[in-house]
Amino acid sequence: MNINLTLIGQSITFLAFVWFCWKFVWPALLGVMQEREQKIATGLEEAERASKDLELAQRKAAEQLKEAKEQAAEIIDGANKRANQIVDEAKQAAEAEGDRLKAAAKAEIDQEVNRAKEQLRSRVAALSVAGAEKILSVNIDAKVHDDLIDKLAAEL
Amino acid sequence: MAGEAQTATDYIQHHLQNMAYGKLPAGYTRADGSILQESTWTLAHSSQEASDMGFWAIHLDTLGWSIGLGMLFCFLFARAAKKATAGVPSGFQSMVELVVDFVDKLVKDTFPHRNSMVAPMALTIFVWVFLMNLMDLIPVDWLPMAAAKAAGNEHLYFKVVPTTDLNATLGMALAVFVLMIFFSIKEKGALGFLKELTLHPFHSGKWYVDIFLIPFNFLLEAVSLLAKPVSLGLRLFGNLYAGEMIFILIAIVFGVGVLGFIGAGLLHMGWAIFHILVITLQAFVFMVLTTVYMAMAHNREDEHENDH
Repeated sequence: MNINLTLIGQSITFLAFVWFCWKFVWPALLGVMQEREQKIATGLEEAERASKDLELAQRKAAEQLKEAKEQAAEIIDGANKRANQIVDEAKQAAEAEGDRLKAAAKAEIDQEVNRAKEQLRSRVAALSVAGAEKILSVNIDAKVHDDLIDKLAAEL
Repeated sequence: MAGEAQTATDYIQHHLQNMAYGKLPAGYTRADGSILQESTWTLAHSSQEASDMGFWAIHLDTLGWSIGLGMLFCFLFARAAKKATAGVPSGFQSMVELVVDFVDKLVKDTFPHRNSMVAPMALTIFVWVFLMNLMDLIPVDWLPMAAAKAAGNEHLYFKVVPTTDLNATLGMALAVFVLMIFFSIKEKGALGFLKELTLHPFHSGKWYVDIFLIPFNFLLEAVSLLAKPVSLGLRLFGNLYAGEMIFILIAIVFGVGVLGFIGAGLLHMGWAIFHILVITLQAFVFMVLTTVYMAMAHNREDEHENDH
């Protein structure tokens, strides 16, 4: 076992390899590893944020759904009310129209009746006058007996 | 396995000798008995030759394997870094990232100062030392025999585990030591570093007392400072050397009959499984201690005092 020049040679070799590793190997590897670490950290952070966002969105969606349902219920309610109202109004209008028509018809009927009565009365009067004429065979002065006849007609 | 002509001792010694390349002086008697006419640069043919080459020799196998494995580390990790995406990581990338993340966390825990070099250094140490240690799990004869066949030289020395060579582990520890001194001076200034060496741990606050304490402090601090790289290098070397030694001893038993073959097989498996733990642990310890030493080098004196 001799100590010789190999000692110095090994020292120089050692320093050369250390230098190589220091300059070319270490920075590249560590850089890549740190970059990945950063990437993973960002990824995790983003995932967390995304899950939070998702939760928020779900909550929001649920809220909106509830709101929409409420609104729909409200709208249906309003529509129902309005429909009832329209039906009521229509009913009322129909009733009023019916009443009006009934009244008009009644009035017409009354008028017809009155007219018929009037006609009848005048006819009766004429008939009775004619009858009386024939019976009495006398020429009755219509003017003289008008009052009488009118009275008779009124009694009919 | 020991060859017919080899004794067990030869076998062990052969396995523990690095492929040394150095200069032998003129007139040197070589292992085969020939005498060199002039000084030559050559491979050592025996342990004696290797040690006679002195300091100016180089272990080709240690340096070759450590540089090769270091380049493998650089290639694999640089490719992973180049291909890396911030998206879903693929198989090899996620393994690399696992290691990088592990080292990064550990360095962040033990090294509270700002220095972009320490974490990559820890990664380099961990993976590189681990790869070098891993060579220990390859059966001890495979690569040396293959190399001997390829070179056509039966006595080629070829040690494949760089961390079982004291030069390699102490070499790395030396580099760590140099960095410790460098960062100490850079962070605290030369004077601050000197103060740290001379005014600790004994400090009275009166200059006329401190002057006499300086030699003691310096002795203590210098020893503790020097002990760091030495223990760092020796710990790794010792563990791996012992592990390698046991693999070699088990390999010898393979040649002793059928019973020896089965027993050695079981032993080898058991030791290899245990050794998986050892090689990882030693790579880890080398990395952690280096990081701690770097943190100490960055510690300022005032912070140091607050610790007590």
